[in-house]
Amino acid sequence: MSMNNQGRPSGAGEAFPASIATISGDRGLDHEESLIFELDHGAVGVDLPDVKVGDNRLGGMRRKGRVGLPGLSEPEVIRHYVRLSRMNYAIDSGLYPLGSCTMKHNPRLNEKMARLPGFGDLHPLAPQSTTQGALELISQLMTWLTRLTGMPAVAMSPKAGAHGELCGLLAIRAAIAARGEDRKRILVPESAHGTNPATAAFAGFTVDEVPAKPNGHVDAEALKAKLGPDVAAIMLTNPNTCGLFEGEIIEIAKAVHEAGAYFYCDGANFNAIAGKVRPGDLGIDAMHINLHKTFSTPHGGGGPGAGPVVLSERLAAHAPIPLLVADGAGPKGSFRLIEDMAAAPEGAKPFGRMCAFHGQMGMFVRALTYMLSHGRDGVRQASEDAVLSANYILASLKDVMSAPFGDGPCMHEALFDDSFLEGTGVTTLDFAKAMIDEGYHPMTMYFPLVVHGAMLIEPTESESKASLDRFIHVLHTLATEARAKKTERFAGAPHLAPRRRLDETAAARKPVLRWKPDPLKQAAE
Amino acid sequence: MRYLPLTPDDRQAMLARIGAPDVDTLFRDVPKAALAPLAKFDLPDTQGELEVERALSKLAARNVAAGSAPFFCGAGAYKHHVPSAVDHLIQRSEFLTSYTPYQPEIAQGTLQYLFEFQTQVALLTGMEVANASLYDGSTATAEAVLMAQRITKRGKAILSGGLHPHYAETVETVASLAGAVSRTPVTPGSAEDIIGLIDEDTACVVVQSPDVFGLIRNLRPIADAAHAKGALLIAVVTEIVSLGLLEPPGAQGADIVAAEGQSIGNGLNFGGPYVGLFATREKFLRQMPGRLCGETVDAEGRRGFVLTLSTREQHIRREKATSNICTNSGLCCLAFTIHLSLLGEEGLTRLARINHAKASALAGKLAGLPGVELVTDAFFNEFTIRLPKPTAPLVEALAAKGVIAGVPASRLLPREASAANLLILAATETNTDDDFAALIDALKGVI
Repeated sequence: MSMNNQGRPSGAGEAFPASIATISGDRGLDHEESLIFELDHGAVGVDLPDVKVGDNRLGGMRRKGRVGLPGLSEPEVIRHYVRLSRMNYAIDSGLYPLGSCTMKHNPRLNEKMARLPGFGDLHPLAPQSTTQGALELISQLMTWLTRLTGMPAVAMSPKAGAHGELCGLLAIRAAIAARGEDRKRILVPESAHGTNPATAAFAGFTVDEVPAKPNGHVDAEALKAKLGPDVAAIMLTNPNTCGLFEGEIIEIAKAVHEAGAYFYCDGANFNAIAGKVRPGDLGIDAMHINLHKTFSTPHGGGGPGAGPVVLSERLAAHAPIPLLVADGAGPKGSFRLIEDMAAAPEGAKPFGRMCAFHGQMGMFVRALTYMLSHGRDGVRQASEDAVLSANYILASLKDVMSAPFGDGPCMHEALFDDSFLEGTGVTTLDFAKAMIDEGYHPMTMYFPLVVHGAMLIEPTESESKASLDRFIHVLHTLATEARAKKTERFAGAPHLAPRRRLDETAAARKPVLRWKPDPLKQAAE
Repeated sequence: MRYLPLTPDDRQAMLARIGAPDVDTLFRDVPKAALAPLAKFDLPDTQGELEVERALSKLAARNVAAGSAPFFCGAGAYKHHVPSAVDHLIQRSEFLTSYTPYQPEIAQGTLQYLFEFQTQVALLTGMEVANASLYDGSTATAEAVLMAQRITKRGKAILSGGLHPHYAETVETVASLAGAVSRTPVTPGSAEDIIGLIDEDTACVVVQSPDVFGLIRNLRPIADAAHAKGALLIAVVTEIVSLGLLEPPGAQGADIVAAEGQSIGNGLNFGGPYVGLFATREKFLRQMPGRLCGETVDAEGRRGFVLTLSTREQHIRREKATSNICTNSGLCCLAFTIHLSLLGEEGLTRLARINHAKASALAGKLAGLPGVELVTDAFFNEFTIRLPKPTAPLVEALAAKGVIAGVPASRLLPREASAANLLILAATETNTDDDFAALIDALKGVI
């Protein structure tokens, strides 16, 4: 019972029917929000002096027209973005079981550390004597990454996972060229992330798909049969996208090396094995590490990420610039960045440069903070908890949902197919959208492609048992209802989100990609 | 461990449900030889927040933050004042800890700001359409060259000598796989003859304005010459605030604009994360890389936003995608779009004018010093001076005196003899008269 402002207790009253339209269009805490351009009324959200400047140093290139930006004050801008934020699901507000995406907790200490002026307000080309703390931080992170992976070298500059894949393949390309060979074919399992074949094509290779076996593992025999003198590399995800560890990986690596090719491992799922398995012990030559997955730099609505690539002895020499080296000439413990290909140290043959400057420093700070907080024992425990939680979900749901690969344990994600929905009229999409009404973000749907109507659930290590139990209860009930053909929850779901299903076909057929001023209103002005 | 909710009892109960005696049973597919004991990792153990904060703060303290000294570095990354509201808003959980908006019903916040971002970028650059960002300006430039190679079905890319050398190296690294990439000679303070190099095999010319030495370029004649030969003009902007005062590339005939958006909303961060801006003409839309957000309606007819045209992208098209890009710069876009919303038309215009006025004042003062020659005569907030001696050691000497004097051109062009005595300086709204006086004093002592 709550009290109103006259001190009189208010009763529960009659329920406000959902069908009644409100006067404002808003519904309680659910606000509709216009585009920022529609809120324009010529105000300003900053106070800056009105300085006049002449034309004499502008080379005749002064802007002739307005930009067309809207004008709002600070409170209006803040309200606009706060209202937008409330239309988003987030890991902080609920379990976010997106398989392959690793939506784990983002510690706030990491954010605080990245904002220390010595990191956040540091210029990439400031004199190197004034950036030694930053170089030391990168060096420490490199130590963590190489020791966790058992690999000798790491290229730090790639800006995301796919960028790391490109970096790894360009290193492989350079190593093949250095051997005076020409190898153009890359083997990619059909269960791979879409970035793998896209990156291989981007780097100038042809893609040859390797089938999966009925048990969800890569067909190692088919893979070995495809090896040949024109094969540059294989790209394998391990644990794979079905949430399974490729147990034959060591033999595969051996066969790949014997064929003169390189082993690229997609490290998107490193979070299942960090602190437990060292990829270097498996015979891998290159692997990117999504700092925004395994080491919890926040996903931020789709970025920024960071994708350093660990490299084997066979590829280390080809790492791109910049290179971080100990500075023998400087004070003890000082570092130096080598930013020029021609100045690379003896034996190094950088293949080029991935991007301006030195990579995603802001993400490096967050990732190192995460590592120091967890320690090696915490990293190992996180991997174990992630795997334990996924298996708990698999074990708790396999009686009502269908696990395509039988009773065996999974790694950090539990995969289901849609055979349990057969004959119900409910699709994977409907099932996922019904989860939204239950307050959950859906799992990854229709990926990996090797499973029909795939539902890939990755709970991560960040959920309590109570949270997992509640999630399991909801999914169990949904699955049970679907199988009993009680389908009203599923038809047209979600019903309770800020938006119902959106017309994606119309969006693609006639793309509207920007706001444009109303021509009538413009003419009137 | 404070971030791990499961207790030992929870773990036991969960193992019991699974029917596994211990957690290692779950790792049974891992070859025994590959399961590493904890001792195999030569790394420290868990630490509390206080200890970690202490360790990181110690490292941070060894760096000289831009805001703690008279500071004049630019060359692709700029020190600007970011209003407090920006960082507050981007740290809201619903923005910070959400994923790519693949479920639009519960991601309208992200989708709407991306739609607003795309609109702002199109307006600023004077182009018809913009995407939802790429990693940074340099990778956006490389993607632009690849896109031009796809559109024209030609391989040759000509890069202006005024293009930031890191950008040029990034382009060379990826675009040389699809065709010949060449750079024109470096001509600090003047425009090279790039028009004469455009021929029937040319896919694109890439010109930065203001260029790496700060020089404002006139793109129109280059665009016309490129179009006459069926080639595209890619305009690069590393200081996006400049478009508050300068004619946008779209109005000068650019076909693709690749830009760095760090200056609006984003800190220096020692080089990343930044935000790549990418805009083009509507007719090239389907060759564009990266995510796009589009407007549509929901089942009740209400306006909403979705990711669209994803048939260009890797998760659908796999090896036939326009790019391999997956992650973009979401949160950096958000910072950009909030800062630009606070600025508005009036704020951006004023900010740009203040920057130009500061740089003009500094250039005037420096040009008055004996031995200093102003190399760039038309500039926005950044210009180059020539000194009587190599600037790389000089900048280190000035840093020792507490002044961060700028970027020696030789750091970017180490093999270019003519760059040795050049210093690139930027002045923004953050610089004060005291900063200028400190720089002049310090310089007087070393030249």
